[in-house]
Amino acid sequence: MSAALQPVVIGAGPAGIRAAQTLLRYGLRPVVVDEAPLFGGQIYRQPPAHFQRSKATLYGFDTARARDVHAAMRAMLSDIDYRGQTLVWNAEGGKLDLLHQEQTSTLAYSHLIVATGATDRVLPFAGWTTPGVFTLGGAQVALKYQGCAIGSRVAFLGTGPLLYLTAWQYAKAGAQVAAVLDTATFGQQLAALPALMADPELLARGLYLVAWLRAHGVALHRGVRPLQVLGESRVRALRWSQAGTEHELDCDAVGFGYGLQSETQLPDILGCRFGFNALQRAWLPECDAAGRTSVAGVYLAGDGAAILGADAAEWAGERAALALLADTGRALGPQARGATLERQLARKQRFRAGLERAFPFPAQWAAQAPDDLLVCRCEEVSAGELRRTSRENGATELNRLKALTRVGMGRCQGRVCAAAAGEILAHCSAQPVQAVGRLRGQPPIKPIPFRLTHALASQEAP
Amino acid sequence: MEKLAADVAIIGGGIVGASAALALRRMGFSVTLLERDFCGSRSSGVNYGGVRRQGRPLSQLPLAQRAHGIWGRLQELIGIDGEYIRSGHLKVARSQAELASLEVYRERSAGFGMGLEMLDAKALRARHPWLGERAIGGSLCPQDGHANPRLVSPAFARAAARLGAQVRERTRVDAMAHDGEQFVLRAASGLELRSRFLLNCAGAWASTVAQSFGEAVPMVSSHPVMAVTEPLPMFMDLSLGVEGGGIYARQAPRGNCVIGGSRGYAIDADRARPSRDAIGLVLERTVELLPALGHAHIIRSWSGTEGYLPDHEPVVGFSTTTPGLIHGFGFAGAGFQIGPAVGEVLAELVRDGASATPISAFSIARFARQDPQSGARRQDPVDALADPIAFHVPSPANST
Repeated sequence: MSAALQPVVIGAGPAGIRAAQTLLRYGLRPVVVDEAPLFGGQIYRQPPAHFQRSKATLYGFDTARARDVHAAMRAMLSDIDYRGQTLVWNAEGGKLDLLHQEQTSTLAYSHLIVATGATDRVLPFAGWTTPGVFTLGGAQVALKYQGCAIGSRVAFLGTGPLLYLTAWQYAKAGAQVAAVLDTATFGQQLAALPALMADPELLARGLYLVAWLRAHGVALHRGVRPLQVLGESRVRALRWSQAGTEHELDCDAVGFGYGLQSETQLPDILGCRFGFNALQRAWLPECDAAGRTSVAGVYLAGDGAAILGADAAEWAGERAALALLADTGRALGPQARGATLERQLARKQRFRAGLERAFPFPAQWAAQAPDDLLVCRCEEVSAGELRRTSRENGATELNRLKALTRVGMGRCQGRVCAAAAGEILAHCSAQPVQAVGRLRGQPPIKPIPFRLTHALASQEAP
Repeated sequence: MEKLAADVAIIGGGIVGASAALALRRMGFSVTLLERDFCGSRSSGVNYGGVRRQGRPLSQLPLAQRAHGIWGRLQELIGIDGEYIRSGHLKVARSQAELASLEVYRERSAGFGMGLEMLDAKALRARHPWLGERAIGGSLCPQDGHANPRLVSPAFARAAARLGAQVRERTRVDAMAHDGEQFVLRAASGLELRSRFLLNCAGAWASTVAQSFGEAVPMVSSHPVMAVTEPLPMFMDLSLGVEGGGIYARQAPRGNCVIGGSRGYAIDADRARPSRDAIGLVLERTVELLPALGHAHIIRSWSGTEGYLPDHEPVVGFSTTTPGLIHGFGFAGAGFQIGPAVGEVLAELVRDGASATPISAFSIARFARQDPQSGARRQDPVDALADPIAFHVPSPANST
């Protein structure tokens, strides 16, 4: 009976790799499905084979970890079924729908470990769709995967640890960092210090980044409010304000973001129960400390479950795999290991709470967003249109607002705009943000071509 | 506990219930509409958006013609254009047999003023060069078209509310009864509503209401599948159907192509989702008819829950068990176009006890005449839905 176990791990970042490694150690042969061309996830993303930058250049502080994670995956490649460059676009009846190089197929699973990671949380500001404006994560992808910078004089804007890390990575890579503009205040960051002591190493690293940037002449400003990107076909400058004074900064690119948001489309389609997570200000699939969701046999690990960073993702991947093994009667032995991992994760959780205090969600964003601000770039829906529609139709729920305005209906299916749209709706209908709900997921998780599905249907026809 | 009284209570804020509320307010009745979710958020709001008379059973054509007039005054009635376009509706034939079937339908429906026009392969190619080779001819209804159901259906409810109807959303009716004089409805919210008339416009869930009054109907749910592309340059200048079923497709003013066909599955009592096979089938058939989409992507798919009676005709008219109870449901995936006319007819039944628009074919009594246990002469409704080709567009053969 146990021979019929077919665990599938989705995502080959730190969580997915450690999950697969753990399953393999206990005699299971997992399938690992990953959307990226090379394993490593976002944080340990690998450049194409012919690129020559060293791991130390690419991953900085995380070089050793990146090396470990990559090595762990490389060591098991012959023992697992690894499917890179493969998108999971749907799930139904115990099977995943995969898309790989214009071929679609189904993959049966007995258990799933979903380690789909995170994307940037985007809060639009005027001009954010101007060419040259990237998310912080996008700016990192350019550097790590493509070996290029998003501009030669780059401003970094928003809040969160990634803001400083990306600026540092750019400066180290030789780009000119025009400024780092943080919407959090110095006071907030000071107040967060005790909680951040939960992870002294990461705290020290953060302080080092700030000190390094300062020492290299990079202007750091806190308590800023982004106003507008200037430039028509390309970023020319960035307007921002601080304590009521407006500033204009010459730059040819902007990287921005407000922390990360979990990628939860697949757990949604799998039917996992969601709950509102106040710390992340987001609806997330519910799971226990080991990663078990409300759906039997479906586990979550890594930033896709909750944003805790890469180290925690490795632990969570292992923890979820141990839970799967225990639940199938395979590995009841390493309970102590599971408990250790849970303790480590809980400590990281306290650190994470400190980060949220140091880099809080900009509470005034929705109130300050001008009516002509484009919120949904796919469907070109402005903040004013969202407000007017909510007011005129009495719309207080996000899917309702979507139906009436098209917000979140476009190519990204709300991945980029849903957080912002929810904030606007909550503010203009005077509700807490959790009261507006969340956009319901629909297949395909990402767009799929007609021709390809056409080919599939033909194959399946008798 | 909130207590309300109205001349007419309506269960269901879809396009039928909302347009009935609107018509009743224009006649001066007091109306309270109870909708368990949001008005127009189910089949009325998530359907394909076809505003089509062509292809309907002849029994529905008087209603459909009446609805055609209402759609012509849409902006005046509901305050928005709802992206309603009289683009024309082309029903494509892929074989001589299908072409012959279209011709038969054209002859039989000639008295209803739809102005159907047969096109041969040459004419089709000349007028609509974007059509694939599979299309060898078709029947065009020049004044049929399409609209945006997400906008139109909720707007009917808002228009009714503006005229003074009490519209209560997120109000699920828990208990309903007739106390001998009037209907008493209770909602989970604590609301109690008393009324002389009750309109059952609860869509795919209406059989529960009918059953509460001792009037079981053999309705089953099914889940038409829709998919949509990213916005594309405009190329489709009409709404498309296929004789014998298969798919239907239109291009919204923003450029997105909306495609429907096949069916999905229920994920719980309230919600449905396209199946992988349905998505595959719809996309495959789409490329045959619309080769230009071969290089496009679908960005989203969805489904809804529709009620189907064994004969694919709706139930419209008085209850046979309870005075004052009037039904309007079971539109077999084709209620969007005729919904506004059904609403008006329901209002007339309240006011006059009758309507000039013929609805006798839709009486609920047609099920009472059968032994509900035997099922011997009844087509199994699930089997009837098994072939997606047969079920969306009833063919003229079973419509007369």
